[in-house]
Amino acid sequence: MKFVQNIFDQTRPLVEKDGKRNILYPLHNALETMAFVPDHTTHSGAHVRDAIDLKRTMVTVIFAMVPALLFGMWNIGRLHYAAIGEEAALFDSFLFGALKMLPLIIVTYAAGLGVEIFFSWKRNHPVNEGFLVSGLLIPMIMPVDIPLWMVAVSTIFAVLIGKEVFGGTGMNLLNPALTARAFAFFAYPTWMSGDKVWVNTKGGEVVDGFSGATALGDLATTVGQGMGNPATEAVMAQFGAGGHYSLMNAFLGLIPGSIGETSAFLILLGGLFLVFKGVGSWKIMLSFFLGGLVMAGIFNAFAVNEFMGLNPIHQLMLGGFMFGMVFMATDPVSAAQTETGKYIYGFLAGFFGIMIRVFNPAYPEGIMLAILFMNVMAPLIDYYVVEANIKRRAKRVAHA
Amino acid sequence: MSQTFKIRKGYDIKLVGEAAPSDLGQHNAATYAVSPLDFPGITPKLAVKAGVKVSAGDTLFFDKDRPEVKICAPVSGEVAEIKRGAKRKILAVLLLADSDISYAKHGAFDFAKGDREAAAAHFANTGVGALITSRPYGVVASMNEQPRDIFVNGIQSGPLNGDLNIQLEGQEAAVAAGIKALALMTTGKVYVSHDADQAPVAALQVEGATHSKFSGKHPKGLVGTQIAKTAPINKGDTVWTVNAIDLPIIGRAFLSGEYAPEYKVAIVGSKAMNTGYATMRQGVSLASFVSANINTDNTRIIAGDVLTGAKVEADGFLTFGKSQLTAIPEGNTTEFFGWVLPGFGKFSTNRAFWGWLFPNRKYDLDTNMHGEERAFVVSGEYEKFIPMDIFPQQLLRSILIRDIEKMEQLGIYEVVPEDFAIAEVACTSKLPLQQIVRDGLNDLRKEMI
Repeated sequence: MKFVQNIFDQTRPLVEKDGKRNILYPLHNALETMAFVPDHTTHSGAHVRDAIDLKRTMVTVIFAMVPALLFGMWNIGRLHYAAIGEEAALFDSFLFGALKMLPLIIVTYAAGLGVEIFFSWKRNHPVNEGFLVSGLLIPMIMPVDIPLWMVAVSTIFAVLIGKEVFGGTGMNLLNPALTARAFAFFAYPTWMSGDKVWVNTKGGEVVDGFSGATALGDLATTVGQGMGNPATEAVMAQFGAGGHYSLMNAFLGLIPGSIGETSAFLILLGGLFLVFKGVGSWKIMLSFFLGGLVMAGIFNAFAVNEFMGLNPIHQLMLGGFMFGMVFMATDPVSAAQTETGKYIYGFLAGFFGIMIRVFNPAYPEGIMLAILFMNVMAPLIDYYVVEANIKRRAKRVAHA
Repeated sequence: MSQTFKIRKGYDIKLVGEAAPSDLGQHNAATYAVSPLDFPGITPKLAVKAGVKVSAGDTLFFDKDRPEVKICAPVSGEVAEIKRGAKRKILAVLLLADSDISYAKHGAFDFAKGDREAAAAHFANTGVGALITSRPYGVVASMNEQPRDIFVNGIQSGPLNGDLNIQLEGQEAAVAAGIKALALMTTGKVYVSHDADQAPVAALQVEGATHSKFSGKHPKGLVGTQIAKTAPINKGDTVWTVNAIDLPIIGRAFLSGEYAPEYKVAIVGSKAMNTGYATMRQGVSLASFVSANINTDNTRIIAGDVLTGAKVEADGFLTFGKSQLTAIPEGNTTEFFGWVLPGFGKFSTNRAFWGWLFPNRKYDLDTNMHGEERAFVVSGEYEKFIPMDIFPQQLLRSILIRDIEKMEQLGIYEVVPEDFAIAEVACTSKLPLQQIVRDGLNDLRKEMI
């Protein structure tokens, strides 16, 4: 690996303080520390250190996302060929999806890392690894046909306003990936909702009877119609066994939706991997799941429309619930940071997610809004948890 | 009888190169050094000049703000040089040792008649008072303080720590006298801790103290953990802590009046050619010992253990209060894509590497940082290694923003830097936790006095 080191050594004078390309120093440093774990040794405190660093933590999260990502690519192609009524082999579907997905990923990384590198140069600190994960999360929660420039603008907004203005990785209040999605959702609603954006139908005639709507979009149409209304029968049939949105289809992910969010099964697999590796907080995931289950259960008990009446487990398999639970709510920076706080934070995020989704059908993506809301509330939760510790200590002084 | 506490939070870092039970003999040298930098909380004022003759137990320097805190010569001889750094800061007092050590005459302490005041004067004048650490700030104790309790740490559970049964062997009388002397200094209790997972240390089975046992993981061997479990420090409290290995030195100073700071130093680590126990005095020049017993090729020599020890050069001097020399490889090499590879052979407290599949493996760790410093990102990490009722990350943040009131509220009085050592090793963001805590304690102390 000597020649790789040589390349870095030779280009270093160019980017160092007095070099002509100083603005590229953070990029040079980032690539070099990526290729080689640096030879820095301990100089204060403990003399030995754990092998873990932020790069390892982040790459572990990326590994966990890969199954859902690959499935998402295949699902894009599968839905595309189904919509235009063509038969396609597994590999063709995957290739079609991969070619749709790769530009999204590249644009997101380019836009986000561009902002990060600029700020690293301005602030004179190394590029943080946080965006490695955000940059892959953002394309996974976008609809397939969103124009690339919208992704770029959303990403830049998220990194700039969601993260860098607060001081960069580790200081942000909001989950950057969700900030990007929320921005796109409110800035370009026609590209982010409805029944036309989730399946790519270009290059052929859409077959009769094909619907590109999401399960939640269809469920939203049942609101206000009461239970057992014949008008909603056709929609609800899709949720029964063998239907388009059956529990099994939703669990496996064979439904339209944002690219990476559909397969509850593979997302859960990634979640288990994160918990097993000790990188993702099981406390947040578990309480998030329970929060959603409780809310869906309450709705189910008081069902006044078909949306509320949906089987709670089925409810949780739809939309971004699973993806939010495993990859979004668990972001350690924007989540609650105290162990007790994590239970409260997770539970309420899941709880509100289902509540927003069902009560306000215009926002089928309640999970996104609920997590962002709880991101804002997390410091408050932590405040009370820490305050309890302070009180406990003060009491001890009083008794002593 | 004695209570047993189980320490569940923590981590035992298993390293290769533990001390063999062999005696490496006595190590003497022509030069000795005493550095004020080894004494936290002291602004040194010299009591000697270059060229004067001193006996072992004569004051070399004392604290400017607390003149009763005296640091004494470990050997007799001539003051060869006062080493100074930038702004004439005193770095070390160098001594040329006599071949036959003569002792300053402080006289034996009369336990039958002696009261607290007499004991305090004896502690200060003989130099053994400097072996006592005062909390909350983790500084050298002043004998004018009234400690609530005194905690004697009889557990050495850190990485490659020596065996107290060997290190205190044959010193029962001096240890008992040390405990007796300490008991005079407090109206509270003298606690002595014992490792429930090891053979009991014979010398520490003394009367006149409250005994408590600790089992489980390191930091059971940190006195901060022991205090938190037995009688936590509250705002306004002062407690003293003493390492059991220092008891014979205190005891001898009271029995005979002589200051003889001699330890059986555990020689450990993968770079030690001979592991075992060598008898040496504080401040002794290590050059000849190191060249005979340690492979110095790209080696980090540490006085103390890898968690809290101080780096010493191969021609340096034994740091005050340290009874262990650890030699491990320097980690000044790069690793190609080390953060992506599975890392079966890597040491990590975290399951993100696969090394956790082999929990009993001993590692030959080097000093590599394994990454660059970052902001706090991961949460809930430090809590796993600090068995106290505190919020480590919140406390560290309050220190970083210099919020004295928050530091107090979050329990900074209960900690000293070493309590954060394992968390520092495990920290994903590679933050200097011990230094942060030290800075916080210094700020707080400045504010209070």
